[in-house]
Amino acid sequence: MGPTNPLLWFGLTTGGILLVVIWVLLSLAFLLLADRKIWAGVQMRKGPNVVGPFGLLQSFADFFKFVLKEIVIPAGADKAIFLLAPLISLILGFVGWAVVPFAPGWVVSNLNVGILYLLAMSSLGVYGIIMGGWASNSKYPFLGALRSAAQMVSYEVSIGLIIITVILLAGSMNLSTIVEKQSGWIWNWNVFGGGGLKNLVILPVMVVAMGMFYISALAETNRPPFDLPEAESELVAGYQVEYSSTPYLLFMVAEYSNIVLMCAMISVLFFGGWNPGFPITFTAGWPPFLVNFLLALVFYAKIVFWFFMFAMAKAIVPRYRYDQLMRLGWKVFLPTSLVLVAAVAAWRVFGPAA
Amino acid sequence: MPLQAIAFYLLAFVTIAAGLLVVSARNPVHSVLFLITAFFSAAGLFVLLGAEFLAMLLIVVYVGAVAVLFLFVVMMLDVDFAELRQGFAQYLPIGGLVGGILTLEMVFVAATVATNGAASKNPLPNASPGGVPNTEAIGRVLYTDYVFFFQLAGLVLLVAMIGAIVLTLRHKPGVKRQDIGKQVARTPKTGMELVQIKPGEGISE
Repeated sequence: MGPTNPLLWFGLTTGGILLVVIWVLLSLAFLLLADRKIWAGVQMRKGPNVVGPFGLLQSFADFFKFVLKEIVIPAGADKAIFLLAPLISLILGFVGWAVVPFAPGWVVSNLNVGILYLLAMSSLGVYGIIMGGWASNSKYPFLGALRSAAQMVSYEVSIGLIIITVILLAGSMNLSTIVEKQSGWIWNWNVFGGGGLKNLVILPVMVVAMGMFYISALAETNRPPFDLPEAESELVAGYQVEYSSTPYLLFMVAEYSNIVLMCAMISVLFFGGWNPGFPITFTAGWPPFLVNFLLALVFYAKIVFWFFMFAMAKAIVPRYRYDQLMRLGWKVFLPTSLVLVAAVAAWRVFGPAA
Repeated sequence: MPLQAIAFYLLAFVTIAAGLLVVSARNPVHSVLFLITAFFSAAGLFVLLGAEFLAMLLIVVYVGAVAVLFLFVVMMLDVDFAELRQGFAQYLPIGGLVGGILTLEMVFVAATVATNGAASKNPLPNASPGGVPNTEAIGRVLYTDYVFFFQLAGLVLLVAMIGAIVLTLRHKPGVKRQDIGKQVARTPKTGMELVQIKPGEGISE
């Protein structure tokens, strides 16, 4: 696979990485605005509407404001780790995109264990927060960091188990293969059981898995209603209290990149990735680039839909209390996802799909 | 492959340097962070060997979960740095002895391989035997030949988990806990009481 010349390979891979990063960054600028607009819409406000038409350039104005401000480092802070934390957050927010397949063959690195790689990178995301919170040498950031560590480790468990159900259905850990298995009609999507009408029996199981994955993704990315690491009513802004200017911007970009990555994950794992939900036989004579581009747009539309769901959750759900969060993670999601794994495994062994 | 050689030497250097810094860093939090760097580079070495499943497991389990808890604990410790440095001189002889023996053994192994001894005749382990990805290869032996050991490992972990719960679970008397079922089932009838108060007497309770 790929060109054999190392230099050509290097050039192509670098080009692909640049393309994905620029695409993600540009998308983030507008998704951030969309987030604020949706939130405003629910509360019957207008949201940002001053910079550019409909406020479309608001994110860019914010960007310049952040970059031009002074970086304040607290006196007692561990300087190296304090500055390293947002960088690590940003890097970990973006490396996950390396294995996301945008269209057939459009993926930076087609890893065999792509899904595990995504899980690993999202589990590393906690380091940026915990390092930032500790290095600030202040009470609120530290409490935020500790909360974040416990919260993210707890919800990774259920995310991992739910991912296993999808792996069992697809029989592969390669994200491209998982998406290809869901091609054709809409009932081939994993949320409907994956693999034709005969698998529709486990639809209830997979819908529950999808819902739990969505909620765990909210917790994993520290989004409301699980934004306890930065609960402003208790911890001012949690681990971000001491951060200003560009480091704060990096934290925020990383957070949003992680959220969009989670949206992409839900689309890939449960909703068929680039597959539109009906057989695309009529594109047989079209140039492959055009087809791929259209499929990538389908995938993008799914990501934007899930981002909308994330924004709605932020707008309408009140924040959880910390003990409720832990109870939900350990006493509800963990046993339920274990049962789901057992159910899907049994279906794969004894069901007609075996 | 020069590209692989560059990657190997870079990762190996980072692993060893991070390992050294784990023991020489003054601040224990820095030590844990260097430990994480070492884990991470070791995962990179696994990828170079073609064992991508092990690499990802190393990151998910050790870096993503175990090291986070390390960091969690170390950050909350109230450490006396002066006392730590005294300990360094105290443990130097025994630490040096262990390190010396390990170095000597590695030198012997390297020498045997270099002089075409017995060890060099073993072929390199194949990361994907029979052409299947190594995830599948591990699964095939883990759930067939080694299934009892696998179950036993699970049992050991279960015992450890139960032990931790038994050691730390205490039911303190007088603690008010939330019972969601009770809260939801609460009605005006059970939740309040209407009392007729005579003027100037108040309520007895």
